[in-house]
Amino acid sequence: MLWVDKYRPKSLDKVLVHEDVAQNLKKLVTEQDCPHLLFYGPSGSGKKTLIMALLRQMFGASAEKVKVENKTWKVDAGSRTIDLELTTLSSSHHVELNPSDAGFQDRYIVQEIIKEMAKNRPIDVKGKKGFKVLVLNEVDKLSREAQHSLRRTMEKYSASCRLILCCDSSSKVTEAVRSRCLNVRISAPKEDQIVKVLEFIGKKEGLQLPPGFAARIAEKSGRSLRRAILSFETCRVQQYPFTNNQVIPPMDWEEYVSEIAADIMKEQSPKRLFQVRGKLYELLVNCIPPEVILKRLLHELLKKLDSELKHEVCHWAAYYEHSMRLGQKAIFHIEAFVAKFMSIYKGFLIATFG
Amino acid sequence: MAPLLQSSQPWVEKYRPRRVKDVAHQDEVVRVLTNTLETTNCPHMLFYGPPGTGKTTTALAIAHQLYGPELYKSRVLELNASDERGINVVRTKIKNFAAVAVGSGHQGGYGYPCPPFKIIILDEADSMTEDAQNALRRTMETYSKVTRFFFICNYISRIIEPLASRCAKFRFKPLSEEIMSTRVLHICNEEGLNLDSEALSTLSSISQGDLRRAITFLQGAARLFGSSISSKDLISVSGVVPQEVVGDLLASCKSGSFDSANKQVNNVIAEGYPVSQILSQLFDLVVESDDVSDEQKARICRKLGESDKCLVDGADEYLQLLDACSCMIKAFCNMPEGYSN
Ligand SMILES: Nc1ncnc2c1ncn2[C@@H]1O[C@H](COP(=O)(O)OP(=O)(O)OP(=O)(O)O)[C@@H](O)[C@H]1O
Ligand SMILES: [Mg+2]
Repeated sequence: MLWVDKYRPKSLDKVLVHEDVAQNLKKLVTEQDCPHLLFYGPSGSGKKTLIMALLRQMFGASAEKVKVENKTWKVDAGSRTIDLELTTLSSSHHVELNPSDAGFQDRYIVQEIIKEMAKNRPIDVKGKKGFKVLVLNEVDKLSREAQHSLRRTMEKYSASCRLILCCDSSSKVTEAVRSRCLNVRISAPKEDQIVKVLEFIGKKEGLQLPPGFAARIAEKSGRSLRRAILSFETCRVQQYPFTNNQVIPPMDWEEYVSEIAADIMKEQSPKRLFQVRGKLYELLVNCIPPEVILKRLLHELLKKLDSELKHEVCHWAAYYEHSMRLGQKAIFHIEAFVAKFMSIYKGFLIATFG
Repeated sequence: MAPLLQSSQPWVEKYRPRRVKDVAHQDEVVRVLTNTLETTNCPHMLFYGPPGTGKTTTALAIAHQLYGPELYKSRVLELNASDERGINVVRTKIKNFAAVAVGSGHQGGYGYPCPPFKIIILDEADSMTEDAQNALRRTMETYSKVTRFFFICNYISRIIEPLASRCAKFRFKPLSEEIMSTRVLHICNEEGLNLDSEALSTLSSISQGDLRRAITFLQGAARLFGSSISSKDLISVSGVVPQEVVGDLLASCKSGSFDSANKQVNNVIAEGYPVSQILSQLFDLVVESDDVSDEQKARICRKLGESDKCLVDGADEYLQLLDACSCMIKAFCNMPEGYSN
């Protein structure tokens, strides 16, 4: 088991970061009438861990007995019937799913499947906990229609069902949905908190950490706890005992993006653009999200630029990411950004050096 | 069974008004509807306004008061965005429902007015496609004698003109501080909570006219902090962006350094603050600044508007905020606008 999973705290009392949030959550569910919750915050900040610990707090150990199911639903979509495939993770008290996986058909998931789940009150022998929880991940990726479809369901069946929504970017959740939840912000842990967690794991694994070693990993993690733990484990595999000058390995894809940035800075030509396209495709087929690539590329380029150009380059990055959102094919827009950058940079070089 | 059901409902549902006259603030609608209750006649209606202002509540309340629990099912059809509402449904489901005539007169009214028409509530109507709305026009006309339509939406501009023009329109305003306080105090009374006047006014300012939000904050604060709730407690459950965060961001833009602004932006994102909220707070700060010229303000406000629109389209929060900050820096330093093409 990976350390990220092995050392995921199981209960709200055991979390090492966000202790305050955890304690608040605990109080929030003391009564049965807790409102719907919306967890938001950057990826790797620990939302999922808190949600799972919260479920355990509500339902006890049985919330951990989950089974994964891959089901196909037949859904009546007006004139025709469509098949929707969806993976769910469920215990006797809760169901977790990723409705945005259905892409542009996500609306049907919400209208048919989620509504059905919300309607049915679980039968509990003890007559206690007469409601179930639906955990919906990545609600920020849901289409507007799908989000609207959630609204009445959240109100109508609130006696039998509680929703826990989870997302990275709360600006993408419509106001009507946000208005129906208690919003819980989960910030990315600070570096010293990450160090604390790494030291805790180190101790459990019986490892010797040279002074400042954990801090170096934390610094490289960009405040993502998941990432810090992953690279800690990679370091362990690559070289132990740890040494003070040991390299903290960067992510492969980030290396790759920084190569692309160097390529672009070196030469601005159609030929180079063509070469870069190949590399971008490589990243995309490896499932690196296009906006993540674009942001990383911007980050690398900004490091090398004059401040005057920075304004212009960040503007076009924002511009092309927006158009990518409205369009279909990510590669067009990333490539357009690269081409734009080349033209700006070339113009700058000519103006400066003739 | 019933009491258990009650207690597991969040407060927003528990305190949803059941009668039209309990709906706070929306006097105009309430007057018309109370009239309806007496004369048993009403026009088609269109309710619009921001979330949590009582639109759905009002529509459901009037329907219940008109027909009572017995006849409600056969006389009222509620279709909301959680139901499939493509053209087909509009054509068949609504037609089938509307076509079955209701007997005239007050037969079996059980003490309710029971007017001789049916009500079709189309909640969240702004999420219906234009085609589906168009299909509705005919239906509305055909059955206008025996049905009344209630459209409910947040944005009236998403309802096609031919439909909107057939309805009496009611705007549900964000609730004023005073009205909100009255309702909140009522709940505090029922739940045995203590709120001082400062906390009350904080609650209405952070919920920005959305009563549902106010009730949720109140319940959250009650669970976390017990029965005496201060203004600080409410702020901490509401997750509003602290003013210092936005102030620091603005200061770094004023300093003219791209890198320091970038650092602040990264921090905002890592803390998980909603960028849409940051933009609106930036807007307030900039507009109120004394040391910013009108021209600079205009430049900045235009950009903030554009960025907000991009966010609505689903653009990335980091990139949009960075772009907005870069534009502010340029405005503060009076650098020329625009970019090379
Ligand atoms: N005017 C009001 N008077 C009393 N309670 C209200 C009022 N407005 C909102 N509420 C409270 O807020 C909750 C939500 O109101 P309602 O469902 O009517 O909102 P809505 O206007 O339909 O919002 P949305 O556009 O998000 O659907 C109600 O359950 C009630 O507790
Ligand atoms: Mg509503």
